[in-house]
Amino acid sequence: MTIQYKMIEARPAPSNTVGPVAWLRANLFSGPVNTIFTLLGLYLLYLLLVPTIQWALINADWVGTTRDDCSREGACWVFVSTRFTQFIYGLYPRSQIWRVDVTFAVFVGMIAWLMIPRLPFKRWVALATLVAFPVFAYVMLYGGHFGLPVVQTHRWGGLMLTLVLAVVGMVGALPIGILLALGRRSQMPIVKSFCVVFIEFWRGVPLITVLFMASVMLPLFMPTGVSVDRLIRAFIGITLFQSAYMAEVIRGGLQAIPRGQEEAAAALGMSYWMRMGLIVLPQALKMMIPGIVNTFISLFKDTTLVMIIGLFDLLGIVQAALSDSRWLGFALEGYVFAAFMFWIFCFSMSRYSQYLERKLHTGHKR
Amino acid sequence: MRDNKNKWLLATSAAALALGSASLASANTLQNTLERGAVQCGVSDGLPGFSAPDDQGEWQGLDVDVCRAVAAAVFGDAEAVRYISLNAVERFTALQSGEVDILSRNTTWTTTRDTTLGLNFAGVNFYDGQGFLVSRDLGVSSASELDGAAVCIQSGTTTELNLADYFRANGMEFDPIVFDTSEQTVGGFEAGRCDVLTSDTSQLAALRIQLSDPDSAVVLSDVISKEPLGPVVRQGDDQWFNIVKWSLFAMLNAEELGVTSENADEMRDSSNPDIARLLGQDGNYGEGMGLDANWAYNIVSQVGNYAESFERNVGMDSPLQIERGANALWTDGGFQYAPPIR
Repeated sequence: MTIQYKMIEARPAPSNTVGPVAWLRANLFSGPVNTIFTLLGLYLLYLLLVPTIQWALINADWVGTTRDDCSREGACWVFVSTRFTQFIYGLYPRSQIWRVDVTFAVFVGMIAWLMIPRLPFKRWVALATLVAFPVFAYVMLYGGHFGLPVVQTHRWGGLMLTLVLAVVGMVGALPIGILLALGRRSQMPIVKSFCVVFIEFWRGVPLITVLFMASVMLPLFMPTGVSVDRLIRAFIGITLFQSAYMAEVIRGGLQAIPRGQEEAAAALGMSYWMRMGLIVLPQALKMMIPGIVNTFISLFKDTTLVMIIGLFDLLGIVQAALSDSRWLGFALEGYVFAAFMFWIFCFSMSRYSQYLERKLHTGHKR
Repeated sequence: MRDNKNKWLLATSAAALALGSASLASANTLQNTLERGAVQCGVSDGLPGFSAPDDQGEWQGLDVDVCRAVAAAVFGDAEAVRYISLNAVERFTALQSGEVDILSRNTTWTTTRDTTLGLNFAGVNFYDGQGFLVSRDLGVSSASELDGAAVCIQSGTTTELNLADYFRANGMEFDPIVFDTSEQTVGGFEAGRCDVLTSDTSQLAALRIQLSDPDSAVVLSDVISKEPLGPVVRQGDDQWFNIVKWSLFAMLNAEELGVTSENADEMRDSSNPDIARLLGQDGNYGEGMGLDANWAYNIVSQVGNYAESFERNVGMDSPLQIERGANALWTDGGFQYAPPIR
């Protein structure tokens, strides 16, 4: 009998329990039914992906400037590339585009500052984003001050307009929504009934109706010669509409906070606003992140409805470009591009919300 | 008491209406336009050949050229236009409420629109009519052979109604297939869901280009409806109405007299009295509209005459390749006829 003084080295696991083969066997081919479905799935994927890739990438035309550069065998991305500036900036004068770039660079910088946890002075940056930035953005985008020529809002368009609408809607809807939610839970009858009526009214009508009323009916009630800019009408419509939805999302979060929290805060002698601002809302908002982001994403996509009041958002400008007689018949390329842009923005929003949820996770999730 | 109240209501609303129309009537559009520095023009949200932004973001089209002509007449600068894109539903409201001062948006001149909306049509810049696009394989040469056909229609009530009228009047049957957008209509036609596609002839040309093989389809020569398209202004400001009307006439007269954007400068020295009057060399014919003598010269030199505008936007120099047809001058067998400038 020999004595082994050394520890026997761990042998690798049997090959049928680790590695890709095992994974395939466990997950895709674990039985006859699964095998059939796997093969069927692969076949469907093949049917779907091959023509798509051929159309979008392999047979596609990428370079050129006119319709004649398109072979029409696959997608003609020339249409998108010649119109790219227009899809991003709308009809904004080409010489003034730097103003949009600067505005968005500042905006992205501020948001990034707020999002990156290590950076200091968050409170001041947040204040600047909410108070100073809108003024800055107005001066930059609209102009009329500091020697910047005025760019009328009917020249705004494309992705820029979509983002402006979405940001204004989000920034406006969140605080109004919080106030409405608190109002609806209030004991004061007038405040409460006002909030209930407001929320139920705006939730009860489709956004498209709101925009339509704002663009078709409102001008008729105004005195002749007085007309509110249609972009401002869209801002107001979208903000009020979304704030009603936001209010209900937030009310849902508020109801999830045990009553004891507020009572304990009251026992400490806190006022109503302190109780809400320091105890209830911070806990509630954290839980509402999925709901709030959901509303934001749907708001972002709802901005395309401004098309019906003659504003050229990203989708609208793509459609307008489709009606250029030199570029008729490239609808598919245009819509694919628009869909892709929307997906990028919505997907990043949802990724950020997941990150935020993980970061603010304090064991409240069950 | 109740009666009294009702009377009061009636009286006040009548007064409000009267006030409203009074303020409309006294509204001096030319004055407001001059103060603003730009003509406010309502155009479509994208209609091939009539109004669509090009890849530089500048509006182009036959309807757009009307706006540019008015701007040239008023300011001497065809670019002094503020374009506001309107969809079919809000176009009249936008004009009535003063959001735009000219509506140049492929709008058919009809009795109802002219008489009940408080609007005036300032002329016709395109004589359109509903026509048919058929597949070449079908071997049809006239609309009267279309009995029993499946017809693709782009939704829009007049198109559908005209079609129904035409088939009923000729004792024929048809099977309507309605689509929402032009892309869908073309898709339906191409997929063989219908034998015939019907729309205004100006639109058929644009739809035909979108087919994967445009030569596989032909536009029949039959036209089953009258669709005179023209610029619209608010009722009650005759000066502005005249400016828009005569801007259009100036383009037509220029074509008739052979004045183009290229030769307008040389033509100023022309001995032809008609040309001299048009280009402001003999008398001031803009005075009655509150414009200077160069109003028509500015239009022709900056926008071009009607033929130039037509060929550039929808005619042979454009992808749409629409023939002049009914839109030829009266001297060439068409309907375009402008009163003389004198």
